[in-house]
Amino acid sequence: MDHPADLRLLGALLAPLLGAGLVMATGRRPNLREACSLAAALTLFALTASLVPDVLAGRALRCPVFELLPGLRVALRADAMSLLFAVAASFLWGLTVFYSAGYMRGLREHAQTRFNVCFALALFGAVGCAFADNLLTLYLFYEVVSVSTYPLVAHHQDAEGYEGGRKYLTYLTATAKGLVLPAMILIYVLTGSLDFADNLRSGILPADLSQGLVVGLYVACLLGFAKNGVMPLHHWLPGAMVAPTPVSALLHAVAVVKVGVFSTARVMLYVFGVDRMAAANLGLPTAYFVSFTILAASVIALSQDNLKLRLAYSTVSQLSYILLGVALLTPAAIQGGLLHIANHAFAKITLFFCAGAIYVATHKKNISEMSGLGRAMPFTFGAFALASLSMIGAPPVGGFVSKWYLLHGALDAGTGLILGVLLASTLLNAAYFAPVVYQAFFGRAGAAGAPRAHASEPLAESHPVMLAMVVPLCVTAVISVLLGFYPDLFLNLTRRLFP
Amino acid sequence: MSPPGLPASFPWLSVLIFSPLAAAVVVAVLRRERAVRWWTLAATLAVAAAAVPVLVGFDPGTPAFQFVEDRPWIPPLGLRYTLGVDGLSLVLVLLTVGILPLCVLASWRYITTRVREFMIGLLVMETAMVGVFCALDFVLFFLFWEAMLIPMALLIGVWGGPRKVYAALKFFIYTMAGSVFLLAAIIALYRQAGTWDLRALMGRELPLAFQVWVFLAFFLSFAIKVPMVPFHTWLPAAHVEAPTAGSVILASVLLKMGTYGFLRLSLPITPDATRLLAPHLCWLSVAAIVYGGLTALAQSDLKKLVAYSSVGHMGFATLGIFTLTRAGIEGAVLQMINHGITTGALFICVGLLYERLHTRELAAAAGVGRQVPVFAGFFGVFALSSMAFPGTNSFIGEFLALAGAFQFSLPVALAAVPGVVLAAAYMLRMLQRVAYGGPQNPDHTGVGDLNLREVLTLAPLLGLVFWIGLQPGPLVRLFAASVGHLLEQTAAGAPPLAAAP
Repeated sequence: MDHPADLRLLGALLAPLLGAGLVMATGRRPNLREACSLAAALTLFALTASLVPDVLAGRALRCPVFELLPGLRVALRADAMSLLFAVAASFLWGLTVFYSAGYMRGLREHAQTRFNVCFALALFGAVGCAFADNLLTLYLFYEVVSVSTYPLVAHHQDAEGYEGGRKYLTYLTATAKGLVLPAMILIYVLTGSLDFADNLRSGILPADLSQGLVVGLYVACLLGFAKNGVMPLHHWLPGAMVAPTPVSALLHAVAVVKVGVFSTARVMLYVFGVDRMAAANLGLPTAYFVSFTILAASVIALSQDNLKLRLAYSTVSQLSYILLGVALLTPAAIQGGLLHIANHAFAKITLFFCAGAIYVATHKKNISEMSGLGRAMPFTFGAFALASLSMIGAPPVGGFVSKWYLLHGALDAGTGLILGVLLASTLLNAAYFAPVVYQAFFGRAGAAGAPRAHASEPLAESHPVMLAMVVPLCVTAVISVLLGFYPDLFLNLTRRLFP
Repeated sequence: MSPPGLPASFPWLSVLIFSPLAAAVVVAVLRRERAVRWWTLAATLAVAAAAVPVLVGFDPGTPAFQFVEDRPWIPPLGLRYTLGVDGLSLVLVLLTVGILPLCVLASWRYITTRVREFMIGLLVMETAMVGVFCALDFVLFFLFWEAMLIPMALLIGVWGGPRKVYAALKFFIYTMAGSVFLLAAIIALYRQAGTWDLRALMGRELPLAFQVWVFLAFFLSFAIKVPMVPFHTWLPAAHVEAPTAGSVILASVLLKMGTYGFLRLSLPITPDATRLLAPHLCWLSVAAIVYGGLTALAQSDLKKLVAYSSVGHMGFATLGIFTLTRAGIEGAVLQMINHGITTGALFICVGLLYERLHTRELAAAAGVGRQVPVFAGFFGVFALSSMAFPGTNSFIGEFLALAGAFQFSLPVALAAVPGVVLAAAYMLRMLQRVAYGGPQNPDHTGVGDLNLREVLTLAPLLGLVFWIGLQPGPLVRLFAASVGHLLEQTAAGAPPLAAAP
């Protein structure tokens, strides 16, 4: 494993960290502060994107950082899987900077500097997870994400915010400390190393491990990375919806939750390995287990009137798609699952952006009050409609591609039940997204909720504050459509997973 | 192994031990409080500087004692003045001389009455503590051991809080009771083996039954010092009442005396008894970890919270020791150092808060972080370090201690895991409340942030948190050979991991 260290990796990791420092230093001057965030985001994206050609050419990039003790290292790697996540997250960070400037200023939120610092730190953690070369590094940055996002969740510093924040930290740190940490230490004791395998087949566990121990470690990892939103440890995510919407959008639809699924998938594929997963018969039970989350979360989403909560439960459900794909262990399914990391990111961030824009314009949170709003905010609801299509998985939007591969993979794995789950969840997705769009465009304005007279006139989409939000959400909506027409970038990356 | 320019026989350790005492004599004749403070600071810094040649000249490749001084002391009784350090004692000596200047700084404004006597107390403590870590003659060891007792009890009893006399007495009686057993064990060993020399006692084949008795006597003495549950009840009282510097010395150094005693005396002198009883002590350590965590979670007084967290943290150290594995003992030593750094820093932080708010109630301190962002930053880092956040110093120590536990026995390791979760729970609860929580409190208006002296007090500890957290290699190399030798003396190869239960 002698590769020359690639410093672009280190640069990509440090960009958000330096960005956080600069944001803190320039806190008094909001425009300069936002420019620092943007500069960090662009640097991160440029460095990440520059890695893509190398990885597509089949090179493995590595960069050691610290050697703690023999076998315990902080080290970075860039492979197809890390780039799938890092490219999407870093690109969306740049857009979110604009969006959150509009949102936070539009609502005159307090402590905007702290907000932006924590935001950058969360991205630092997410990038670290994406580029982690071993379990220790992954765990380190996973915890960085947990702690740095707490002030964002509890941003409003009221009773509701503290309650959400408390639940958030309790779920995430208790599972990480109580399950992942012991599993990691045990793996270290058993193997003397925590480095991820070079390919997704072999894993790193010794061959003569007893079945009981393998299952125990596996369950600890599956449930321990609770950011993946798998039921029954998903409650933190709806609770985190008290956060300002940019947080829900970038962190609780992209960065944080994807760190959860990414970590889980990384461990499934590069610590256990496909062969060991198959030999220990872990794949299908996992698939059935997460299928429950897919369906149950969709049903709960149906019953939510608060738009952000409906989106949150939709996220819980969609995250399990990714794990479902990986758990099926067939190449097509794994591709589909990992592809969904990017596809879901672009679509779901659009939906949250829309929810935030609607809130800034009208101060409405509930779907029942949004009747007829589509005529006043055509771009916002147009983008919402496109992104919904991607969620539902209708052709030719991005979500269709990943769902196609998932279905394909489910057929390869020969399980009709999973096929049924995917189809049923498609129907459920349609059932909870379509009415929102339909009501907005075709419903009678003020049909329910009877808004006050002076509040009935929403902020125009051309208002400068709104523009900072509407433009990014249109961009992400268009991209999620384009991902359906041109899925090649991410598809080629996923193909690189199989040597 | 002495640095060039000085004769190889230069008594570095004696200098380290007795220069604080000499400085204390000077303090006694100084008139002005200002002069007393500056002189004590200069003296402790000079002692810390005198440790540098020892560190530079130390050869980490060998487990043998170095910088040995050996002179007749009381010939008729066969007592000798024998000093020496190996890797284990060296790191603790460094911790002690490093933490003392910070104690002086932390007392700068906190101590206003009888400043001279207070500073003398600190310096006498330093002599005694360094002496314990360096002594290789059993009677000399015991002498220094007892010499710690009275100055510490005075530090609590004179400069402490409202219930200082109760706390000082409780501390005195507990520790005294432990010392009696230590003395009994020392005398019994002399009658059996005919020597006071620790090096000669190590590796002496003693009958098992005798070993068990000696081990139990050692155990009582050291378990009180650590403190292990159920001998811990003196600790919260002492910590809560002690002044900041007293709490720091207590947490950073005195608690290490117990674990150091286990490593220096119990393991090599009574190896068979250690192996026999280690499983029980592992479970007792697990009890301390979980009990300390649960109790800390229930505290509303910041100092009590940190005190109970010490019980849990030291539980990891004893757990690591009694797994009798390389990872476990290395983790335990790291945990001792890290606990000294992190908990010392937390006590300093609580003291700073107390100077500002005149209360240690968590509820009264809620939300103060908004007024004092620099303080909140330091406090946040130390709290995260205390919950073993990856990348900070405590993580690596706990990691290794738990790795040792997993090698030792799966059930023991799994039983300790809730303690890790609890540590996160009580530390995050405290941090969230202090740095973030609560409505705007009118009492907090006008509370000033840290001044330069206070930043300088905490900054070295902050540096160590990250340095050890990210580069523990050089530190571990200092004591790795000694740990290896200790394992040979205990003659217990790492038992294979019990596969699935």
